[in-house]
Amino acid sequence: MARAAIELIGIDKRFGLVHANRDINLAIERGTIHGIIGENGAGKSTLMSILYGFYQADRGEIRVNGKKVAIIDPNAAIAAGIGMVHQHFMLVENFTVLENIMLGVEGAPLLSKGIAKVRATLRRLEEEYGLEVDPDALIEDLPLGLQQRVEILKALYRGADILILDEPTGVLTPAEADHLFRILRKLKEQGKTIVLITHKLREIKAVTDNVSVMRQGEIVATLKTKDASVEELAELMVGRRVLLRVDKGAAKPGEVKLAVENLTVRDNRGCVVVENVSFNVRAGEIVGIAGVAGNGQSELIEAIAGIRRAVSGKVTLDGRPVDVTGRANPAELRQRGLAHVPEDRHHMGLVLPFEESENAILGYHDDPRYLKGPFLDIEAIRADAQKKIAQYDIRPADARLKTANFSGGNQQKIVLAREIERDPSVLIVAQPTRGVDVGAIEFIHRRIIEMRDAGKAVLLVSVELDEIRSLSDRILVMFAGRIAGECGPEASEGEIGLLMAGVEKKAAAE
Amino acid sequence: MSQPFAKLPAWADYGLIPLVNLIVAFLVAGLVVLLVGENPLQAAVLMVKGAFGSGQGIGYTLYYATNFIFTGLCVAVAFHCGLFNIGGEGQAYLGGLGVSLVCLAVGNLLPWWLTFPLAILGAALAGALWALIPAWLQARRGSHIVITTIMFNFIAASLMVYLLVGVLKPAASQAPETAVFGPGGQLPQLGWLLQMFGLKVRSAPFNVSFLLALLSAFLVWVLIWRTRLGYEIRTLGLSPRAADYAGISQTKIIIITMMISGALAGMMALNPIMGAQHRMQLDFVSGAGFVGIAVALMGRSHPLGIVLAAILFGMLYQGGAEIAFDMPNISRDMIVIIQGLVILFAGALEHMFRPALQRLFGRIAGSALRAAPVTTGESH
Ligand SMILES: Nc1ncnc2c1ncn2[C@@H]1O[C@H](COP(=O)(O)OP(=O)(O)OP(=O)(O)O)[C@@H](O)[C@H]1O
Ligand SMILES: [Mg+2]
Repeated sequence: MARAAIELIGIDKRFGLVHANRDINLAIERGTIHGIIGENGAGKSTLMSILYGFYQADRGEIRVNGKKVAIIDPNAAIAAGIGMVHQHFMLVENFTVLENIMLGVEGAPLLSKGIAKVRATLRRLEEEYGLEVDPDALIEDLPLGLQQRVEILKALYRGADILILDEPTGVLTPAEADHLFRILRKLKEQGKTIVLITHKLREIKAVTDNVSVMRQGEIVATLKTKDASVEELAELMVGRRVLLRVDKGAAKPGEVKLAVENLTVRDNRGCVVVENVSFNVRAGEIVGIAGVAGNGQSELIEAIAGIRRAVSGKVTLDGRPVDVTGRANPAELRQRGLAHVPEDRHHMGLVLPFEESENAILGYHDDPRYLKGPFLDIEAIRADAQKKIAQYDIRPADARLKTANFSGGNQQKIVLAREIERDPSVLIVAQPTRGVDVGAIEFIHRRIIEMRDAGKAVLLVSVELDEIRSLSDRILVMFAGRIAGECGPEASEGEIGLLMAGVEKKAAAE
Repeated sequence: MSQPFAKLPAWADYGLIPLVNLIVAFLVAGLVVLLVGENPLQAAVLMVKGAFGSGQGIGYTLYYATNFIFTGLCVAVAFHCGLFNIGGEGQAYLGGLGVSLVCLAVGNLLPWWLTFPLAILGAALAGALWALIPAWLQARRGSHIVITTIMFNFIAASLMVYLLVGVLKPAASQAPETAVFGPGGQLPQLGWLLQMFGLKVRSAPFNVSFLLALLSAFLVWVLIWRTRLGYEIRTLGLSPRAADYAGISQTKIIIITMMISGALAGMMALNPIMGAQHRMQLDFVSGAGFVGIAVALMGRSHPLGIVLAAILFGMLYQGGAEIAFDMPNISRDMIVIIQGLVILFAGALEHMFRPALQRLFGRIAGSALRAAPVTTGESH
C-alpha cells in the first residue's frame, strides 16, 4: 500500500452526544487531489482536524506513507509532512508576507539569515507553482485570495507534502478560485497530495481525481470523480434527490417597500466605497446585487440596516424615511419590519459563545414576549428556539448547545430562522449560502422565494453569480461603489461578468 | 468551519485549572519559605489553622473575604462587558467617603437598620460616580479604560488624603481619620452565626456586610444571566460587532456596566468602615481592589467562583498574619510575597497550564470526554 499518502483506519470521534466520525476508513492516493463532500455537520472538518492534530480521535489509527504516526498536535502533523490551509486565515495582519512565513521557524536569534533563506525559497516556490506574492507586502493590504496563497506558502515552506484545504473557495472571487485550482493542479503534478473540502460540486468535478462522500459521520462512498455526475454526488450526500435548480414562478411586484436614493457611504478608513447609489425594491420581488466582493456591497447593506452611518442620501422604508445619515438604529428598523441576514455570521449575526437559544433572540431581545419586566423569560426563549430548530431542521436539535459547536450550515440556519420567522416586510440577505451544503441551499433558496411569494421585498447580495441569477427577478451589478448596470434574470453570465469587471453597459454595447 | 483545539470539559475548566494553579503557587511559596529557613509544611499547617482553626480565625477570614467578594464582583461585571476595570481600589476608596458622610450625618439619629440602606446607597453612588468619568472617556473618546482607571486610583488616593487631613478630621484629633460614628453607623457583628456552630468568636470584625456581599453575588448572577441588561452586556463583551448589529448602544452599555462595577467596589467600603472600625481611616482599602482582579480571574467571573476565591484569599490574609506571628523568620513582607505568588499563578498566569492540560485531555479524551455531557455555553 505504498501508493497511499494517508490512510485513516477506524477513526472514531464523539463530542458528548454527537458522534462526529464513525469508524472512518479512508485511503488517499499519493499525488492526487482528493475531494471530501458532505452535508453540514457530516464531520468533514472534524476528520481533518484529527488528521492535523487539533483533535484526538477516540479510536483509530493514522498512517502517513504507510507508517503509523501519532499526531498529537499540529506540530506533529507538520513533522509528518501535513499542512493545512485554514478557512479563517491564521496570519498576523500587520506583518509582511515574509514575516508571516517565517513565524515560528525563524531559525536563529538574528533574523537576517532566515530572511535570506525565506526569500530564496519563496522565489523557488513561485517559479515551481506559480504562487506569486510580494514578500514585502503587509497582509492587511492583500486581498483574501492572496492571503490564502500565503497560507499555502506557509505550509509548503514547512515542508508539507500533503495539503489539506477546508472550504478554501468560500471567500474567493471566481477568478481567484480559478487561480487557486491552477495552483493545486501544479502542486499535484509535482507529486504533492491534496485533500479538498468544498460544498461546491462544480469545483469537485473540475479539480479532483477522487471524491469521498460523508454523511452523518460516515464515509458512504469513495469514487473516481470522472465516474460520478453532480446530481449523483448531491444525492449521495443528502440521501435524497436534490433540486439543483431553483423552481419559481413569475414575480408579482407591488408597491415600493425599500427605496434608496443617492446613498454615499464611507468605509472604516474613511474612503468613499458607496457612491450615489439609487435603487428600489418592491413588494413581491427579489432584487439581487451582484459584484465581486469588496465593491461596496457590505457597506451599502450596513448603511441601509442602520449599522453604519451614511454620508449622504435617503432611504425610505415602507414609505417612511430612515435617518441613515443620523440616528438610524438597527433595533428601530427591526421594529419597522426590516430583517437582515448579515454576510458575516461569525462576528455579526451570531455570538458564538452563546447558547443557541440566546442567539435566536439576538436583536429581538427587547421583544416583550421574551421578557418578564427587566428579566429574560428563559423558558419562553428556549421554547421559541426549540420551535425554530424543528421548523428549520437545525442539527443537533439542542437549543442549549453552544453556537460555536454547530456546523457552518446549521449556524446559518439559526440566523435565517431568526430573521425570517419575524415575518418582516423587507428582508436583506447577504451571502445566504456561504459554506452551506447543497441540501441546505435548496432549503434556504426555497425559503427566500416563499418570502417573495408572500409579498415581501427581498434584497439579495451574493458573490455567487449562480445564486444571483437563479433567485433574482432583477439584477443590479455593483462595481467600485456604483451600480454599474441593471439586467434581468435572463442576462447571460458573460454579460453580467462584463459589468462586474467594470465595463459599463453602454460602452459594452458600442 | 471548525475551530482549533478541543475545549476542556466544564469541570476541568472551572475546577481543575484553578486547583492546579493554586497547587503550583503553594509549591513555589513553599520553596520561598524553605529558603528563609522555615519548614513549609509547618507554615502551611499554621496558615490553615490560623484561618479556619478557631471561631476567631474564621471570623477574620470571612471578614477579609467580604472585601474581596465585592471587589471581585466589581472586576467580573466589567469583564463580562469586555472591560478591564483596574480602578476598584479608587472606587472603593471613594465608596468610603459615601459611607462616612451618611454615617456622620445620621449615625446618631437613626438605628443601624435605617442607616445601613442609606450607607449602601452612599457607597454605591460614590463608587459608581468615580467609575463614570473613565467609562465616559472610554465610550465617547476611546481613552483606554485600563489607563484611565489606574490614573483615577491615584487621584482617589490624593483626594482622600486631602479630605482626611482636612475637612473630615475632627478638630482635636491628630490622626488622619474621621470621627467615630454614632451607634447607628455601626453594623451588628455576626459572631452569633458562628457561635451557633459552637465556635467562639472574641473580637473578629465579622459583620452583616458579609450577608450583603453574598446577596450582591446572587444579584450579579441574576443581572448577568437572567436580565435583558445582562444579555446586552454579554453580547457587547463577546462580540462588539454583534452588539452593533443587534442595535445595542455601546456607549450606554459601557457606561451602565462601569457604574455597576464601580458601585460594587464602593460597597466594599461598608465592611471595614461601618462594620469594623466605625470610622474612615487613611488607606483603608489597602489593596483589596487589586486582589479583586485575581479573585475574578480565579473565580472565572462567575459569582459562585468569586465567593470561593474570595474565601481563599481571606484565608491567605488571615492565615498569613498568623504565620508572621509564629515564625520569626517570616515577616509580614514574606506573606505579601506568598499572596503575590497566588495572584501570579491564579491570576496573571491563569492560562499557563491550559495547553498542557488540553493535550493531556486530548490523549485520554476517549473515555473521559464521552462520559462528560455536551458542554453548554456558560454555566447557569
Ligand atoms: N468542539 C465541538 N463540540 C461539540 N460538538 C462539535 C464540536 N465540533 C464539532 N461538533 C459537532 O460535530 C459534528 C461535525 O461537525 P464538523 O464541523 O466536522 O462538520 P462539517 O462536516 O465540517 O460541517 P460544515 O460543512 O458545516 O463545515 C457537528 O454535529 C458539530 O455540531
Ligand atoms: Mg466544516
